[in-house]
Amino acid sequence: MISIWFFIGISLAVNGALILAAGIYQLVDPPVNPGVVLFNLHANVWWGAALLLFGLIYCLKFAPSRKA
Amino acid sequence: MTRLPALALPTRLVHLSSIDIVIVVFYFALVLAIGWYLKGRANTGEDFFMAGREMTAWVAGLSFLSANLGALELMGWAGSAYQYGILATHWYWIGAIPAMLFLALVMMPFYYISKTHSVPGYLKLRFGESSRALSAVSFAFMTVLMSGVNMFAMAKVMQIVLGWDINFSIWVSSLTVAIYVTLGGLRSAIFNEVLQFFLIWAGALLIPILGLYEAGGWGNLKLLIAQRASDQYIHLWSGLGSFSHNPMGINWVGIVFGLGAVISMGYWTTDFLVVQRILAAKDIRSAEMAPIIGAGFKMFVPIIVILPGLLGLGLLPEKLVPESMAVATGAHSYNDVLPLMLARYCGPGLLGLGVTALIAGFMSGMAGNVSAFTTVWTYDIYRPFVNSKGSDHHYVNMGRWTTVIGVLISVGTAYLVMQFASIMDYVQALFSFFIAPLFGTVVLGMLWKRATGPGGFWGLLCGTLSSIGMWTWVKVDPSALRYVALSPDAKGLAQDMYQALWSFIVCVVVTVAVSLATKPVPDSQLTGLVYGLTEIPSVGDVPLYQKPLFWAAVVTVVFFILNIIFW
Repeated sequence: MISIWFFIGISLAVNGALILAAGIYQLVDPPVNPGVVLFNLHANVWWGAALLLFGLIYCLKFAPSRKA
Repeated sequence: MTRLPALALPTRLVHLSSIDIVIVVFYFALVLAIGWYLKGRANTGEDFFMAGREMTAWVAGLSFLSANLGALELMGWAGSAYQYGILATHWYWIGAIPAMLFLALVMMPFYYISKTHSVPGYLKLRFGESSRALSAVSFAFMTVLMSGVNMFAMAKVMQIVLGWDINFSIWVSSLTVAIYVTLGGLRSAIFNEVLQFFLIWAGALLIPILGLYEAGGWGNLKLLIAQRASDQYIHLWSGLGSFSHNPMGINWVGIVFGLGAVISMGYWTTDFLVVQRILAAKDIRSAEMAPIIGAGFKMFVPIIVILPGLLGLGLLPEKLVPESMAVATGAHSYNDVLPLMLARYCGPGLLGLGVTALIAGFMSGMAGNVSAFTTVWTYDIYRPFVNSKGSDHHYVNMGRWTTVIGVLISVGTAYLVMQFASIMDYVQALFSFFIAPLFGTVVLGMLWKRATGPGGFWGLLCGTLSSIGMWTWVKVDPSALRYVALSPDAKGLAQDMYQALWSFIVCVVVTVAVSLATKPVPDSQLTGLVYGLTEIPSVGDVPLYQKPLFWAAVVTVVFFILNIIFW
């Protein structure tokens, strides 16, 4: 049976990748009006990267092909 | 324990980009995929209704916590933090932690070794059929109604925050829940609750991080709040000496005894919506550890709920107002503080994740209601009173159909509330009537062997009726609050606390009186159900760091330290 933690890994990794991609796009091509406070911190870049990393670790650790 | 957010807001609060929409759609796809994957593992009654009783302590514990961590809970309590300051944290600390530990160490062994499928099922074993019927019917009825009320409120929030059509929100969310619970039963609901737990933290944790950065740290935030409101907004206990010295209009007696000793005990130990998750644990140690794990994380939920409300109080340029004033003036209400803070810090992608966290919270809450309703209907109403000779397969099919019917009743309730908004207040009040007396009945049943069936039934009934009586009294004559809460300075929340306290006392007094006047139950019939006549199973020969008692002690120490720090 596939572990619940694997599904969580997928969720975090995909969401992290999407957020990171959006953040990198804004980093390369900054919007004229960012619309958020503290835009200069580029939270979507580091938060997206953190979620992606965390999600990948879970995916690898709880992959269905690995025995518990 | 859910508080509903504002129902009338002026304009759409946030605008989603295409990447945000992709994140939301991915969430729906994933939960349906989980339900589809689990459909082959819900063929027996134990599988469908109890998730096979094979959940680990971590899965059961996080699910136990998530069942209570709904979107309306998050938004409502963030709004309460804006309105009442750090006092709202009491609902996460003294209003939860002692009750969770009590459930783990005192009550769970009885629930677990009796192998009951539900809390009404335990009442049947301990007090007989009449107590089970009263508890099961009231729980089933109120659960689907509450689910419908929450569904309407959430759809309304989605309409106002995101501009989504209200019918679209109701039908998409309810059909998704119906599909994955019908397919995978309780296991599917639990899996999605654990997923929701991670999504909520991933989506909401950035707000306090960036908010504290903007405020210049906790010390500066306290100064800002003291300047804009008062320093009573940043103290947990020091203003609770009297009703008039804190923004909530309550005193320490109401918080400690009404909230901590009765309401939270009732909710966390007898509300089957949350207890069902623990009953799905794989062994007694996991069943005891699960609420302790839940308590450990519960202590830190204020970081993503209360802190955003406090940050809104200290940082937002506009002043938020009560809901009634928001409707009249078009300003933002207290309950908008979480979406406002989300929009303040979260750009494309992050916004989608934050919105997904809210949707996930709502859907898992609804799945929790529906799966609990399904179990109580099938095992505590249909099987004993309608068809007691069905096969296991028959009851599983009944469970699947009940899931669909439960969702449809919820949808019907949502549309009813849309037409008659005042129903919402009555449904929420009705739910609160049963919590405190039910705790009195269950805890006496577990700890006092002299309690009898008639005592349990009449105590539960009289406690519930007394709660309804007090609520009606204050509804008809608001000045009666001074008598219920014992102070002319008492405000609305104090009524909830004291009403629960009195109804609990009525339940206990009636149960004791009737029990002493009726024939005792032979000890042989109480084995496995009552303290003193039950051999509590050991958690096994495990190292100290794997013992539930050790971790309960750790949680207790942290609980006291936190309360002292924010005194």
